[in-house]
Amino acid sequence: MRKIPFILFILLAGFFAVLLLRGKDPAVVESAMIGKPAPVFDLPAALKGKAGFSSRNLHGKPALVNVFASWCLACRVEQGALEKIAKAENIPVYGLNYKDTPQKLAAWLQKFGDPYTAIGADRDGRTAIDWGVYGVPETFVVDAEGVIRYKHVGAVTENDYRDIFKPLLAELKK
Amino acid sequence: MRACFLFLLLMVLSFSAAAVEPGEMLKDPVLEARAREISKNLRCLVCQGEAIDDSNSDFAKDLRVLVRTRLAAGDTDDAVVNFLRDRYGDFILLKPPVENKTLLLWLTPFLVLGAGLCAAFAIIRRKP
Amino acid sequence: MIVTLGHIALMGALVVSLLQPFIRRKGLATGLFALVSLSFAALVYAHASDDFSVLNVVENSHSLKPMIYKISGVWGNHEGSMLLWVWMLALWGFCVERAKKIPMGLKARVLAVQGMIGFGFILFILLTSNPFLRITPAPIEGMDLNPVLQDPGLAIHPPLLYTGYVGFSIAFCFAVAALIEKKVDSAWAAHLRPWVLAAWVALTAGIASGAVWAYYELGWGGFWFWDPVENASLMPWLAGTALLHSVAVLEKRNALGNWTIFLAILAFSFSLLGTFLVRSGILTSVHAFANDPARGIFILVLLTVAIGGAFLFYAWHAPKVKSGAGFGMVSREAALLLNNVFLFTFCATVLMGTLYPVFLSALDLGSVSVGPPYYMAVLLPLLLPFTLLMGAAPSVTWHKGSPAALLEKLSVPFMLTGMALVVLFTLPLRDKALSLLGCGMGGWVVVATLHDLWKKYGHKMPRSYYGMVDGDYMTPEKRWYPVDQKMTSEVALKMDGFSLLYLVMGEQDKDEPEKWVVRAYHHPLVLWILLGALMIAGGGLVSLTDRRRPS
Repeated sequence: MRKIPFILFILLAGFFAVLLLRGKDPAVVESAMIGKPAPVFDLPAALKGKAGFSSRNLHGKPALVNVFASWCLACRVEQGALEKIAKAENIPVYGLNYKDTPQKLAAWLQKFGDPYTAIGADRDGRTAIDWGVYGVPETFVVDAEGVIRYKHVGAVTENDYRDIFKPLLAELKK
Repeated sequence: MRACFLFLLLMVLSFSAAAVEPGEMLKDPVLEARAREISKNLRCLVCQGEAIDDSNSDFAKDLRVLVRTRLAAGDTDDAVVNFLRDRYGDFILLKPPVENKTLLLWLTPFLVLGAGLCAAFAIIRRKP
Repeated sequence: MIVTLGHIALMGALVVSLLQPFIRRKGLATGLFALVSLSFAALVYAHASDDFSVLNVVENSHSLKPMIYKISGVWGNHEGSMLLWVWMLALWGFCVERAKKIPMGLKARVLAVQGMIGFGFILFILLTSNPFLRITPAPIEGMDLNPVLQDPGLAIHPPLLYTGYVGFSIAFCFAVAALIEKKVDSAWAAHLRPWVLAAWVALTAGIASGAVWAYYELGWGGFWFWDPVENASLMPWLAGTALLHSVAVLEKRNALGNWTIFLAILAFSFSLLGTFLVRSGILTSVHAFANDPARGIFILVLLTVAIGGAFLFYAWHAPKVKSGAGFGMVSREAALLLNNVFLFTFCATVLMGTLYPVFLSALDLGSVSVGPPYYMAVLLPLLLPFTLLMGAAPSVTWHKGSPAALLEKLSVPFMLTGMALVVLFTLPLRDKALSLLGCGMGGWVVVATLHDLWKKYGHKMPRSYYGMVDGDYMTPEKRWYPVDQKMTSEVALKMDGFSLLYLVMGEQDKDEPEKWVVRAYHHPLVLWILLGALMIAGGGLVSLTDRRRPS
């Protein structure tokens, strides 16, 4: 009886230790969309002269879907990494332009780079909800069958490409 | 013992205010009331702790509007909740569903109370 | 110069606290208190005088900030608040050393254990969270304090809360001392009781002031969100409340000795656990400090040594089952024991609810949320029998009471409550039955204990009455903080009986910028929460002055 508090406490402390040493960020929420087919949608072109983005695009080849906006500071950082992935892996990167305007978007792409094959305009953010998006930027990896395989929350960095995207895409291409 | 009164008050009266904006509200008061009830149980993911009913973040606002649109389109309360659960997972529910992996969570109060009552009974029965 | 002095004083305090367990000499705790006070004063001075050569001041202050927030800003950050924590610890130690009635042997052991805790935390500050670190070259301006924290609430809430948290360390030290001496009896409980009471009063006031602060500052109109960090303060409170009751049984009837020791360790363990959870980054919360894994690991080690050590001691040293006098099924002892069972259950529930999402995500079982609806669903049903007990317990006699006499005693309040409930439920109120039931149960407690004050609970004003209040001039504000580029909402409150009218400015109209959404809420009976807390704290203070002298 008198040993129970000690045993319970040690279990708890051990658990905390494992948690701290693993260094997992508790703020990251696992997406419920992993393993599910991408939602059905059809977004108009966000810019003149560039194609819109619909769920029909997501077939036959693995692809990245990047949710971004010109007002999003973190989005600026990832354009380089996204361009690099698109080139190195030879896969399309689709843009889901979240609550943005064409004027601001055009100027922004000019300034920070444009890795996108096509960009769909999600003016009211409704399609983003279907993707289970809760902030920008978020980046999805969709396989050749149109199934969502991974979601990245926050800006994609070169390290993320090396550690996460590269191995995953290699597996998907098999 | 009456000192625990604060705790009681805390529980019974822990209402919170809504962040619903005038433009979002539905005309039908019954539907609006249902929307409020649903919103109180959905978590605003960007604000971590709050319900979408309480948060004035854009994300919460979008979800509030969505809840109302679906209700107005004739969805049942469960259908609305499941719609969001499909997209955001159990994380969006402020009250986790009772299932295998949450069994311990839901049973804890009753297990501890049961064990405590048994122990108390044993102590009282024990003759010095 | 003064800052360096403060740094040196803290190092001196480290040495003194290290000596405390080994040298039995009067005055060490006083010396420790003096050194930590000096150190704390130096940090306050640095903040007050805008000394931007100190990193902590740069990160949390700004020369244009009003003086009160310069001073309260000292503990508005991780490093400063840890120093406040340690200062409180030293203050409690100082008080124990000065207390005349505690027998020498017990006092020496209590202070020895306290010294060890102090050593651990001062070391933690010096190694991982030093508020005296310098920055060269010194910037000319600071980065300012988070606007939400620029409020008198910051001056009141954390000091009170920490007084309570840290105050339970005395109970913890008493428990360890009792385990060393293998002596747990009425006299020990009588010495311990006032310390538990004092800490508990402070913690109650601290939690209540935090709730009030959240209520008017955050502009959500709520005061309790079942946020992990709020729960972290509720757990020691629940354990402390249980302890307060069991220590009374031990003092009066020499029973429940082991259980009381366990609770004394538990209450402070929850204080430490709260400190760990808030500062380690294991939980995400609106209140959590910016964190760093090294700190988390350091506190975890402290936690393991202190709590693990105490519980290990408990497993080996707790006196073999022989808990004093027995008592009957209907007796004050039994009622208090039952109260403890409930409080312990609440505590376990809050702990489980707080940590469960972390458990699941660590086991890769997905993310879940445990929010207010969960606590409502599981705790409300338990509160019903609990309040019944609360009302009845003071009418039960010690040792062995007769059920018939008890029923007779309670018949009047029982009938009154029953009648009031019937009346309440016939009133055309839009509120839910739950609130009415809550009022009824609250009424039961009040009637049964005081046979008085009933009217105020049953009484509600017609809605139209509140329309009248609206006509008054109220001034909610939006405040813009240029340094942080942040907007905060200041609410306007209007008191009306025990209810509040709550006005807060919402969003700006996009098309017509001169138009703002203003939300008005009517919160019936919300003042009872504050009043309840004041009554609890006041009641605690009254019983502190009426301290029973150990024979």
